Amino acid sequence: MRNSSFSRLRAFGSAPAKSAKSPANMIRSIQFLMLMALTAGVSLAQSIPPDIAKKLDDLDKATKNAQMAGDNAWMLTSSALVLMMTGPGLALFYGGLVRKKNVLGTMMHSFILMATVSILWAVVGYSLAFAEGSPFIGDFRYVFLHGVGADPNADYAATIPHQTYMIYQLMFAIITPALISGAFAERMKFSAMLLFMTLWSFVVYFPMAHMVWGKGGFLNGVLGGTFPAWDFAGGTVVHITSGVSALVCALYLGKRDNYPDESMRPHSVVLSVIGACLLWVGWFGFNAGSAVAAGSLATSAFVATHFATAAAVLSWMTVEWMMAGKPSVLGAISGAVAGLVAITPASGFVKPMPAIVIGLAAGVVCYLMVTKVKKMFGYDDALDAFGVHGIGGTLGALLTGVFATKEVNDLRMGKPMGLVDGDAGQIINQLIAVAISIGLAVVGTLIILKICDVVCGVRVTKDQETEGLDLSMHGEEGYNLES
Amino acid sequence: MKKIEAIIQPHKLEDAKEALKNIGVDGMTITEVRGHGRQKGHTEVYRGMEYKVDLLPKVKLELVVTDQRADEVIRTLATAARTGKIGDGKIFVYAVADAVRIRNDDRGEAAL
Repeated sequence: MRNSSFSRLRAFGSAPAKSAKSPANMIRSIQFLMLMALTAGVSLAQSIPPDIAKKLDDLDKATKNAQMAGDNAWMLTSSALVLMMTGPGLALFYGGLVRKKNVLGTMMHSFILMATVSILWAVVGYSLAFAEGSPFIGDFRYVFLHGVGADPNADYAATIPHQTYMIYQLMFAIITPALISGAFAERMKFSAMLLFMTLWSFVVYFPMAHMVWGKGGFLNGVLGGTFPAWDFAGGTVVHITSGVSALVCALYLGKRDNYPDESMRPHSVVLSVIGACLLWVGWFGFNAGSAVAAGSLATSAFVATHFATAAAVLSWMTVEWMMAGKPSVLGAISGAVAGLVAITPASGFVKPMPAIVIGLAAGVVCYLMVTKVKKMFGYDDALDAFGVHGIGGTLGALLTGVFATKEVNDLRMGKPMGLVDGDAGQIINQLIAVAISIGLAVVGTLIILKICDVVCGVRVTKDQETEGLDLSMHGEEGYNLES
Repeated sequence: MKKIEAIIQPHKLEDAKEALKNIGVDGMTITEVRGHGRQKGHTEVYRGMEYKVDLLPKVKLELVVTDQRADEVIRTLATAARTGKIGDGKIFVYAVADAVRIRNDDRGEAAL
């Protein structure tokens, strides 16, 4: 829920003394008490002296400015952290997992989206995702970022410039399609990939972001959704859509040549370790930043994110150790990503111990997905985008319905938030959100792949695949150690 | 003249070089190679995918010596490169028809 600060402000309006947690709120409370004292005093004199009124007004402005400065600093930092997840985080993570003839092509999948999606976003993407419109897609009021300036958009984030909110959201729109690239790694044409990602943003991401986070969105838990689902930082919007689309891509493109007979060992798990660590750090911007303010909710999401991730590392490693005989490094870092994915929708709704439970579950379930289930069905999800993001995202979205509690995020004004609060019905809302994400991702991705196939062909030729994407697509090699 | 070709464990290269130097052999050519004999290699597992890695890194050391020295060089090399475990490698010996020092056209043993 990006809109949580909205509700926090509302709660503040009704009970200022109670919510005086942040320094800014504390100042406000003092200010409130001063005002009470002053009103009592001036009721004798029947009027507020103009110099006092001006002082109060100035104080009010100074307080607002202080809160905006604090929140804005955190949100700009978070925006940069989330961009760092794509490049170099994901680029390194995926780049290390492919064969060395494809390292540049794979890194380019992530990197080029940092540019492509940014321009789409500025032109029309932000408007389609976040402007008020129908329950399924926004209208065109923010096209070319018209009206997106320094003034806050109180519906989404009352204490930061609208422009900050816009650029923060852009970073999510960048990493989501980048995640898909793990499934079609080592065999998709670059031109087709560009076209695919552009169309995918329009057909899947912008509508999904609008439904879950946009004002009036169909699934928006805060701003008037028909089926209010809790998705704090993007379990459905980011991970289920990208993970499921990834599976569709893997099935549509088919296996890599000679898979699984030829050795397709990761060429450098070292790069992947660095990438995974950058993802872990960047994810604090992703989840804690989704509080869209620098208050205690951001801290809560930060803490939940960290503990869930740690738990998932240990659970993946333990299961692997028991079942395969050795605790691999690739397993440990994959566990971290699985934990990060699963805690994403829950991060702003759950306490630390449930976060650990979510992490433990994610490590085990995702391990079984990528090692057993994938083998059973034989599809070639090259870098396990579906096994980790699709499955981890779904697990996290459902467990959010179980563990969401008003003690962390009181969006319903005292009423239960999830099963632990006594509301089993929230799990149904979560299921509906999961189902819609899966449906939209499957149908949208299939149509888009068909279009790309007709326009330019989605798969490289066998010769190009053998040569590697670095040479055949980009005319370069990742490692020229003898030069 | 004999050409001695030894395929040894990479971590024994320094020992082999040192031993050869001590008996006065100072010319050799080294190549990093991959291969296996009876040694079976190992298995690597990445996210449940098993890969048999049977071509292991080795070092190939080539040198040409006079017939009289060949036996001593072979024995020195074998001792220096030995760990006693499987995978220590092999030494092959060939007869050499001629040798030329490119710098000044020395031929035969004079070129060594």
